[in-house]
Amino acid sequence: MLARVAAQRLHEIRQAFRLSPRASRSFSTALNYHLDSPDNNPDLPWEFSDANKEKVREMLSHYPSNYKQSAVIPLLDLAQQQHGGWLPVSAMNAVAKVIEVAPIRVYEVATFYSMFNRAKVGKYHLLVCGTTPCMIRGSREIEDALLKHLGVKRNEVTKDGLFSVGEMECMGCCVNAPMITVADYSNGSEGYTYNYYEDVTPKRVVEIVEMLRRGEKLPPGTQNPNRIKGGPEGGNTTLLSEPKPPPCRDLDAC
Amino acid sequence: MGLGLLASRAMRPLKSSNFRMCARYIVTKPELQSPESAAAEAPAQPDLPPRTPVGGARIHFPNPEDAIEVFVDGFPVKIPKGFTVLQACEVAGVDIPRFCYHSRLSIAGNCRMCLVEVEKSPKPVASCAMPALPGMKIKTDTPVAKKAREGVMEFLLMNHPLDCPICDQGGECDLQDQSMAFGSDRGRFTEMKRSVVDKNLGPLVKTVMTRCIQCTRCVRFATEVAGVQDLGMLGRGSGEEIGTYVEKLMTSELSGNVIDICPVGALTSKPFAFKARNWELKGTESIDVTDAVGSNIRIDSRGPEVLRITPRLNEDINEEWISDKTRFCYDGLKRQRLNDPMIRGADGRFKAMSWRDALAVVAEVAHQVKPEEIVGIAGKLSDAESMMALKDFLNKMGSNNVWCEGNGMQTSADLRSGYIMNTSISGLEKADLFLLVGTQLRALDLGLVPESSNCVESAKFVYLMGADDVNLDKVPNDAFVVYQGHHGDSGVYRANVILPAAAFSEKEGTYENTEGCSQQTLPAVPTVGDARDDWKIIRALSEVAGMRLPYDTVGAIRSRNQDSGTKPLAYGRERASYIWAFVEAQVHPKDEFDPIQ
Repeated sequence: MLARVAAQRLHEIRQAFRLSPRASRSFSTALNYHLDSPDNNPDLPWEFSDANKEKVREMLSHYPSNYKQSAVIPLLDLAQQQHGGWLPVSAMNAVAKVIEVAPIRVYEVATFYSMFNRAKVGKYHLLVCGTTPCMIRGSREIEDALLKHLGVKRNEVTKDGLFSVGEMECMGCCVNAPMITVADYSNGSEGYTYNYYEDVTPKRVVEIVEMLRRGEKLPPGTQNPNRIKGGPEGGNTTLLSEPKPPPCRDLDAC
Repeated sequence: MGLGLLASRAMRPLKSSNFRMCARYIVTKPELQSPESAAAEAPAQPDLPPRTPVGGARIHFPNPEDAIEVFVDGFPVKIPKGFTVLQACEVAGVDIPRFCYHSRLSIAGNCRMCLVEVEKSPKPVASCAMPALPGMKIKTDTPVAKKAREGVMEFLLMNHPLDCPICDQGGECDLQDQSMAFGSDRGRFTEMKRSVVDKNLGPLVKTVMTRCIQCTRCVRFATEVAGVQDLGMLGRGSGEEIGTYVEKLMTSELSGNVIDICPVGALTSKPFAFKARNWELKGTESIDVTDAVGSNIRIDSRGPEVLRITPRLNEDINEEWISDKTRFCYDGLKRQRLNDPMIRGADGRFKAMSWRDALAVVAEVAHQVKPEEIVGIAGKLSDAESMMALKDFLNKMGSNNVWCEGNGMQTSADLRSGYIMNTSISGLEKADLFLLVGTQLRALDLGLVPESSNCVESAKFVYLMGADDVNLDKVPNDAFVVYQGHHGDSGVYRANVILPAAAFSEKEGTYENTEGCSQQTLPAVPTVGDARDDWKIIRALSEVAGMRLPYDTVGAIRSRNQDSGTKPLAYGRERASYIWAFVEAQVHPKDEFDPIQ
């Protein structure tokens, strides 16, 4: 009897593991170590563009001259925007040179943050929020719909180089879950946008992809026409009157 | 039954000792019933065992007014201000488990193994990063501290592979030891263990990165001590790994030290890989002679083979680091060794012969040449005893043309402060810039300075005692060259007679480092073949030549060193890492000299 129960439980546990879609979740777009490739190796020259050099100077001016390394994250972000959404190793070396630290200190930062892509991404990098509220509201279906529509795997770039799909942790839009983010690298660092599209459905994300492909502008925010920003569908149902002042304080006395 | 129970209850206070054997017996003590009396009793425990700091360390108070008192497990200790909780515990003799903390590196506080309980602190605190405050009551042995350590250990073992049987660190692994001492007997982790790609750090350091517990000691060592910012912590969360990101070898000459500071088997010695288990090795505390630092080392050997060299703590010289040359030079001790006395025949080939014949040949030739045509050159690895013997022997033969290679011809050995590094090695830390030139002092302390600068050109009899870097082109073709040494190096190609000698790992010799601190090597392994100690060979030669040197034991030759009229070669300068009493005790009756054993 006991043996049968144990065997059954073991079977259940095995099933649970088998059914889990991915053994491990990786949010980064690349390995934690660098492998030389023709488009990503330390010998390739990389420099900030003239317009961005001005921005670099402006960013460095935020920090004391002996703490230049504080600018590592904004500079990496700028380099990523300039380089079409990803950071080759030579770009990280260039940042290390600007802030006068050893390159490894920059690699450490770039590998730590999943927002820094160390492998090629599409011009539109679509990031699906995978944290619990979005997951409960169907983020996995949204990701599946995107991947199926684009015919790629996660962190893969479509053949035309336009799209790639990644996963991200909570971006704070849980009230409008599920949501995706579109990082638009198509216009370099000048026209760079990072917009949230909320209340999406598997159907709507495909429409968003097609609109992006056609180059149409679509308003970011909630995709549910019946909602205004974070408000409830169909207008407010509570807090309709003027908010009352705090009961314990006499504001007029101030 | 009911009555029996009642009866036993009634009897308990009277004859409780009878009930000790009962299975369900709740022990109650009077102090638990009245907490006041227990509190009054607790401080009245003067029988605390006397606590001494871990490892017999001494505490240096830079400013005696800044001493503060803390309590470690109820035991009051005085510590200087600025000590951490972990250091305070060490002063009290409590060894706190730790992985990331290393006394010579910056504090990272990321392994959490050193958690202790501090009174009035809501959580266990990481003792390595917490400054000790006056009156702090630290508890290292409470259930909270034990549970915290057990929990941390469970987390550390979560992703650590169970490959101790094939791990070179096995037996000297901090994780192994501490999991035995502080860990649980089981873990609750059932998922897959993480695996990490091994990094290529070069031919010296072997990496098995899956074993890494991310203590970052190697990263901090590379950055702070070795001064090469190559290693870093890449990635985040469970994907975190140590690496160089781009493929890069660790080019520092101190890279071997990461093997020692790695608390697990992630970074191990590549040449030593799978050679031996550490409990099979015999450790001999010795001195490194490959450079003029005189690093303190332990030679680990098994039978006749030196298997590895590890550093030994000496705060004034090498702290606890050694260079890669020191650490990995031992493979040379097995190759190209001279093991028999040999003589070059008429056909130009060497032929093995007995010691008796070899010494007779050398003595005969030495007597045939004029005294000023005799030249003796000591090598860079010669110890003080053999150089003293060489100088004494050549002086007895009538020549004073004896010097040590590398020191140059016109060296002045008159004033000791003129050639030693007067700012000590530990003083280098305070220097902004330093330039080291000609750092071999032993020979100068013994007065090994040539009489005439062009003695090599006119030499008829050249005695090379391990000298390989001296330019032998100037030696006349008809000169007779004796090479006494342990390796078939460049000096051998010109030699007429080879006398095999012992290497530094096989003999007891005095060496002086660049700051003038004398230290002593001890034999770790037997000599190769028929080789003998350098000074014994010269002593034997002197007897065969009829110029018997007046010392028969290593102790006697050291006394000769001391009153040689030049500079006393006292052990360990003012700091005495070895003292004479110890050296005297090393002289055994078997050292009694037998010229031809």
